[in-house]
Amino acid sequence: MPTVYVNDQPVTLGEQERLNIIQAAAKVNVEIPHYCWHPALTVVASCRMCLVEVGEKKPDGTVVMQPRVVPGCQTPAKDGTVVVTNSPKVKEAQAATLEYLLLNHPLDCPVCDQAGECYLQDYSYRFGRAESRLKDDKLQKPDKDHIGDHIALFTDRCVMCSRCVRFTREISGTSELQIIHRGDHAEIDVFPGEPCNNKLAGNVVDLCPVGALCSKDFLYKQRVWFLKDSPSVCPGCSTGCSIRVDQNKNIVYRLKPRFNPQAQGHFMCDEGRFGYKYINRVERFRAPQVRIGKDLVPIGWDGLLHKMKRELQESVPNGLAAVLSPWLSVEEAYLAAAFFKGLSPQVTLALGPVIKVGAEDHYPKGPRGEAPTDPKEIKFTIRAEKCPNRRGVEEVLKHFQGEVVGFDQVMKQVETGQIKAMFIAASSPTAWISDEQAKGLDKLNLLMLMDLLPSPASQRAKYLLPSASFAEKDGTFVNHADLAQMIQRAILSPGDVRPEGRVFMDWLERRGLFHAPSLRQEIAQKIPAFAALGSGDLGEWGVFLATQREPGAVAASAGPAKPKTAAGNKK
Amino acid sequence: MPMQAQDVRWVKEPRLSLMDRLYLPSVVDGILTTGKHLVKTLRGGEFTQQFPEVEPKLPSHYRGVHRLNRDEQGRVKCVACYLCSTACPAHCIDIVAAPSPWPDREKYPEMFVLDELRCIYCGMCEEACPVDAIELTTLYDLTGLSRQEMLFDKEKLLSVYDQTTQAGTDPARTHRGQLGPASEKAADVRLPNPQ
Repeated sequence: MPTVYVNDQPVTLGEQERLNIIQAAAKVNVEIPHYCWHPALTVVASCRMCLVEVGEKKPDGTVVMQPRVVPGCQTPAKDGTVVVTNSPKVKEAQAATLEYLLLNHPLDCPVCDQAGECYLQDYSYRFGRAESRLKDDKLQKPDKDHIGDHIALFTDRCVMCSRCVRFTREISGTSELQIIHRGDHAEIDVFPGEPCNNKLAGNVVDLCPVGALCSKDFLYKQRVWFLKDSPSVCPGCSTGCSIRVDQNKNIVYRLKPRFNPQAQGHFMCDEGRFGYKYINRVERFRAPQVRIGKDLVPIGWDGLLHKMKRELQESVPNGLAAVLSPWLSVEEAYLAAAFFKGLSPQVTLALGPVIKVGAEDHYPKGPRGEAPTDPKEIKFTIRAEKCPNRRGVEEVLKHFQGEVVGFDQVMKQVETGQIKAMFIAASSPTAWISDEQAKGLDKLNLLMLMDLLPSPASQRAKYLLPSASFAEKDGTFVNHADLAQMIQRAILSPGDVRPEGRVFMDWLERRGLFHAPSLRQEIAQKIPAFAALGSGDLGEWGVFLATQREPGAVAASAGPAKPKTAAGNKK
Repeated sequence: MPMQAQDVRWVKEPRLSLMDRLYLPSVVDGILTTGKHLVKTLRGGEFTQQFPEVEPKLPSHYRGVHRLNRDEQGRVKCVACYLCSTACPAHCIDIVAAPSPWPDREKYPEMFVLDELRCIYCGMCEEACPVDAIELTTLYDLTGLSRQEMLFDKEKLLSVYDQTTQAGTDPARTHRGQLGPASEKAADVRLPNPQ
């Protein structure tokens, strides 16, 4: 086994493991500061922040050190490599690099959005020196508003790490960003009239280790130290990117991608990143409503569920269908299916409408915007299927009913009059039913709906229950590749909204609270397809449902093929 | 950061001596002070402050009602960095930031509300402010008829600045008399030279 020595600590690498010195040192929790290096991007070694002393241990035990410091990101860790990160020479190099990087930096931390999560701040504090010795005026470059619809560039804060440039060249393939001018005058810019508006553009803001690239959406909304984050999963499409929900006082301010080699890698798309805003929309249903005459009237929860349950029971002989949307979590679908099949085995369970928009969108794009042809080249995919949990709900339906009935099939049965009552748990922030389809619902005697936002269906519902968004509940989403990941409640629901799981628990007359981990254990026992959920806790990266599947193979098709780099860099 | 065990210093209460435990010397000491004041008063000296007929002269570091300072152009000096509300132990400062309408600054407070009833007048906001925008004045007799009235917004806090500077009770005592480093143009920033 190759062994690397980092500050005299031996680090054993895997036989096939190809790490640089930053990654090798991260294995023994030695942090080597770096700006330009990122595990998903190519190495340029331009920031010079990761300078370390490197040597080699000869077979006879003698150590020969190289006479100068070298960038750790560019130096491969191999058997016998000796790394020193805490010698006076290295510390001097780090302090000098930081002093250089800060020469023209405006030090406007109080008004900078990055303050609090800024690597210039962190590294200056830990590796830098307290004062600058620069006597001349700082070079002041104008801020740029034209970089992109979602991106603002504060040019003077930039440290020229070129991460953003490499991202647009290597991951999105759209190559909008570039460095113009040279030396001190170097700036990030776009071609005139060609802003950086690709669907992955928001990632350059995350990649920026300093406050140069800021999100216009989040600009000046909150200071980052006020935000509390919870790990979650983006519900925007069936890729199921691992994300972090950042909230303060029950308002979600931003979503950030979370590294997950099994799901998507390091990044997320802008559709998902800015797609959370329905959570705060005023149109959202905030209380249960009942149709009295022609209007929906808000009422309280008291006795409502009991009344609804009785009506559902009464409508079973006339034909009752329960539609479970692919926006429900596995736990909610399980509870709902158990309730409706418990009412009567005749109840039809159906999968809600699965909305598909366009085709799978693979990145990096070629020079003419064409998608990569070789599946191995694909580094990111925005899926056409715009719902988070079709696979999970399908598996639940298969268990309870043996087959998955589609929404169109149910609507045909409504047309023929076989089904007279329907319960739809839509919970979908996207438009899931057209006016045409909704007209078919007029034939029903009873329509109960669970939804987030007004839709053509809500105009026809007799009972309307408000849904909770993905940020307001615990649960499990299963992505396109059968990767089950946990979502966690980040905020409280607005108004009188109860998460769907609580409603189904009430109907099932189950005791206790909706506790996702124990429900997962129960589901794992009852439904063989979900056996992988047995521990209740799916961990940071989630678990694959089908065990016969090679996790590596799925990860390769899902996103950047870096499943084994346990990098210390989680930006 | 949680406190480390080695950083905690345990201090023992000093033992009282016999004289301390008798308490009598302290009692005598108190009576002596009262006696001295009595004698001085009988001789015509004055110790009682005639409040409210006579306003007290408070030292300039007295921590009374807050004010928001203006820069030389009369604009609010605050750059909406939220450091005061972060430092505030009573959570009484509420700020909404927005891109500034002025070209020389990036950010300014669209809304700045300070709850004078909630405030504990510790002065941490003053210390935290990187641009010397918030200060506590010597105004001590703050009254109001409702809680709503005691929520001081940006205009009110600026008017406290106008009032106190005009009255001369609290002259602008900021270090530079101009915007701090965070709000200045980058070219104007001169860090202290270590020579």
